[in-house]
Amino acid sequence: MTYTQIAIVAVLLVVAADFWLFRTRLVTRKAFWVAYAIIVFFQLITNGLFTGFGIVLYDGAAIIGSTSPTDGLPPMFGDGRIAFAPAEDLLFGFALILLTLQMWVWLGRRGVQPLPKSGPPMWRKVTQSKD
Amino acid sequence: MGRWSYIGVLIFVIVGSGWLEIVVRTRVLQRARRLLLAMVPGVVLFMLWDMYAVSEGHWYFDTDRILGIYLPGSVPLEELLFFIVIPFASILTLEAVRSVKGWPVGDQPGDR
Repeated sequence: MTYTQIAIVAVLLVVAADFWLFRTRLVTRKAFWVAYAIIVFFQLITNGLFTGFGIVLYDGAAIIGSTSPTDGLPPMFGDGRIAFAPAEDLLFGFALILLTLQMWVWLGRRGVQPLPKSGPPMWRKVTQSKD
Repeated sequence: MGRWSYIGVLIFVIVGSGWLEIVVRTRVLQRARRLLLAMVPGVVLFMLWDMYAVSEGHWYFDTDRILGIYLPGSVPLEELLFFIVIPFASILTLEAVRSVKGWPVGDQPGDR
């Protein structure tokens, strides 16, 4: 199987687990999508670093785009690449993140350290009406 | 950065997300057992994927930009660290969103 094929299957399996195996249904929740939007922004930066600096290279036979050049940068956009990295990386990242977050939520629901809850942020005063 | 390039990117991710634990009070490190257990399936499955991808040559690493320490399946040590750092940053982000917005994620009684 190519990277493209495995990445698509991985996303489908993790989404299926989210609905029917762990029943976390994170993909139906606003909190997940806002978190994912933040994560994917930074993923594009780190992907750009990994591929832009030539730390990780890809075989054109396994991805939509072409093989990473050994001299110089792959295209920043186009030829199946987004921020220098193969578009497949977005599926790879989505699968890793959704799997991790559904395990985190599932464990909390099963009573594995649901507490302490997060918050409040430092900038928010805890309001206690003691007057 | 040379051989520390990959590690440098991971440090960027840790610094970029770690402050949430203090400033946004995500309280993830106080739930270390849950954190570690949540990482296990991802580490196992994605390391297997990585071993397969490396063996098939789907992706490969510039040996001048990694430390040169390899795990079974010729996977660089940095890849294992990646599958620890990224999930940690993801959980911090989810908890930060919850801390600020108060939206449910489904692990508290009453918000399933």
